[in-house]
Formats: sequence, structure tokens, C-alpha cells
Amino acid sequence: MTGVLELREVSKTYRDGTDDVHALREVSMSVEAGRMVAVMGPSGSGKSTLLTIAGALETPTSGEVTVGGLAFAGMSRDDRSRLRRRAIGYVFQDFNLLPGLTAAENVALPLELDGLSARKARVSAVAALRELDLTERAGHFPDQLSGGERQRVAIARAIVGDRRLLLADEPTGALDTANGEAVMRLLLTACRRGLAVVVVTHDAQLASWADRVVFIRDGRIVDHTGGRPDPDSLLAEEPAG
Amino acid sequence: MSVRHALLALLSEGPKYGLQLREEFEARTGEVWPLNVGQVYQTLQRLERDGLAESGDDAEPGPQKGFRITEAGAAELAGWLRTPPDLGSPPRDELIIKILVAVRLPGVDVHEVIQAHRRYVVELMQQWTRLKEGDAEHDLSLALAVDAELFRLDAVVRWLDTADGRLKRAALTPPPVRSTPQLRRRTGARR
Repeated sequence: MTGVLELREVSKTYRDGTDDVHALREVSMSVEAGRMVAVMGPSGSGKSTLLTIAGALETPTSGEVTVGGLAFAGMSRDDRSRLRRRAIGYVFQDFNLLPGLTAAENVALPLELDGLSARKARVSAVAALRELDLTERAGHFPDQLSGGERQRVAIARAIVGDRRLLLADEPTGALDTANGEAVMRLLLTACRRGLAVVVVTHDAQLASWADRVVFIRDGRIVDHTGGRPDPDSLLAEEPAG
Repeated sequence: MSVRHALLALLSEGPKYGLQLREEFEARTGEVWPLNVGQVYQTLQRLERDGLAESGDDAEPGPQKGFRITEAGAAELAGWLRTPPDLGSPPRDELIIKILVAVRLPGVDVHEVIQAHRRYVVELMQQWTRLKEGDAEHDLSLALAVDAELFRLDAVVRWLDTADGRLKRAALTPPPVRSTPQLRRRTGARR
């Protein structure tokens, strides 16, 4: 089965003075619809570069990236922007909400940028906020929301419309454990409805929500966990004394 | 996990039968620690012998024999609840020993060894998180037990990550070798 997101032997090299810095080295990865993959690695391992390349925010030095079967390479800048707005949602650690816009306006923004009328965009935005239990916060500005609420608005913005791929960079980094868990549950719910989700993180508790965890070191994928986790084996262990 | 004190806690709510104690123990611990019935009766007999619990009748030990907590048992329970477990001097940890051995062994890629353990622990964490995703949302005891396991395993991954980074930096600037006895004294590890 072809993944919603496919990376094939993707490399990214930056020039730092006279040195070449290999941020990614021949990374291949596939994420199917309805699956969550966590990319786990330390700072500087290349995990954020992987996410920005998967989201067409950066172009790879070599290799191929496709979203929904469409290859980024060879696309015009406008086509790539359109694909990014329509098919891909982003969730960042620091929320990245625009301060002068209300929650509903923030969520509606990508739809309006994509040419939808302001009225239709608002209807979709309010529906997305309702799904995340934020109806009463629709008219609030980001600085009137708690950290957990801001991240939920950011998730609403990432899933609104007809998105197929959701990319999250340390999405619970600034939140406490309870709010972080709530965010992961929302991402998982979106995933189970058919989105392909990629979460990059250094945090094992966060990564453990994923169906598969991919480990990245020095720009290479070095390992991954097995298939879908089966919790039944935990309860079949010997009783503790 | 003290079965003895867990049973005293259940008896502090009122007299109970052996079978009932087993069922309630499992329900309260989110069924994470299954208890066999032999363990329950053996523990109840010891509580009775030590004067911490008493049986309401002369029936043979079995499902229908009832028990109640004594004053001494209530005092024992109150004391136990407030006594922190011994976390001061950690037991000798097999994982730490394996990594320490891998560091010294020629021809062994310690980072690969670390990754093998990291993958195993993260897979375990995925299984615990699946429990949390499902039943634990509506089962407070299970949620608390799963959180405890996740934080414990998370600490292991953090240590592995830290060791990985420390060894990587050390490979660039090798530190002076410290003797093992000094390390043992400092960490207070016991056999």
C-alpha cells in the first residue's frame, strides 16, 4: 500500500562555511492513512529537517518526496504552495497562531488563503473548533487562551478542510503532562479518521502514542519499533509479589 | 508492591471475605498486577498471626472466611502509607552494567547496544500507552498505574539518551579513566 507521505532516499546537505553539513542522509519512509509515525531523535539529529522537507517547506538536495501520490519535485512554486495549504496541516511547539486574529479566524485563514469565501471558511473553522470542544473560545484572541487551548486551536487549524497529512513538531513541548496527553489524544483521533500523522520529538512518552517509532541519528534512520503495539502481553505477566 | 499492606487497606474499609479481597485488589490496581488466590490466603494467615487482622469465625481458610482489621493493623497501615519506600540507594541495575561493559569492550558499538535497549523500552511504552488510550481513560486506577510505568520507563530512555550523548562527546575528547571502586562508592549501589 502506498503511503500518503513517501520519502525515498531523501538527503539534505547545508553549506556551513567551507564544510558540508549532512542534515539528512538517504532517508526513506512511508506513512499510510490512519497511521501515526513518531520520529524520535536528539537535537541536531535531522528530525525537524525531515518534517520541513515532508511538508514542502524546504526542498531536499536529492531524493523524492510525494504527498498523496504527487511528487514535490517538478511542481511549480504555486502548485507546491497549493498542495501545502490543502493537503498538509502543521502543528508546532510554539503554536504559531497569529496574535491579531481570533481563534476562528486563525483556523479559517488557510482556507481563505486557498480561495474559499470568508463565510464558508468561517463555517468550516467553527465546525473544527467544535470538534475540539472550543466553540466558546471561537471569538477569543490567542493571548486570551491557555497554552492547552492555543494548541487545540493550532490542531483545529491543522485538520480543517480536507487535509491528508498532519505534521507535528514537538506538539506538546510547552504543555504540562495533562494538556500534552490531551493534545496527543486529539492528534490520534484525527489520525484514526484517516489522516496520516508524523510527530517529531525527543520525548519517549510522546513518541509512544504512535503506531510506529522511527529512530533518527546524525541524519539517518537507524532503527524503528515493530508493528502495532499489543497491550495484552503486559497484563499476562507474572503477578508481582 | 506490598500485598500485605494492600490487603490491610482493603480491610480498613470494613470486614471482607478472601475472594472479595482478591477481586477488589485487582480492580483497584487496574488489573495491572493479577494476584493468585493462594497469595491472598497466605497473606491473610500471616496478618492474623501477627495480630494485624482477625477472622470473624473458625471456618477453614477459603473464599467464605471473613476477615477484619485490628487496631494494630490500622496503626501499621497508617505508618506504612506515610513511610517513603527506600529510593535512596538504588539496586544494582542490569541495564547500567550492560552499558558500562559495552563501553569497555573492544569491537562493540556501544551506541548500537544503547539503541537495542532504547527500542525495547519504547516498544513497552507503546503498549502501556495503548492501554491508556483505551480502557484507562475511564478507569482511574489503571490510568494511575499506567502513568507510573510510563514515567519509570521514560526515565530509562532519558538515561539511555543522556548516556548516548555523553559517550559521543567523550569520544571526541576522551576523559581520564576513573576507577570502578570510586564509582561504586559514589552511586551507593548495593549488591
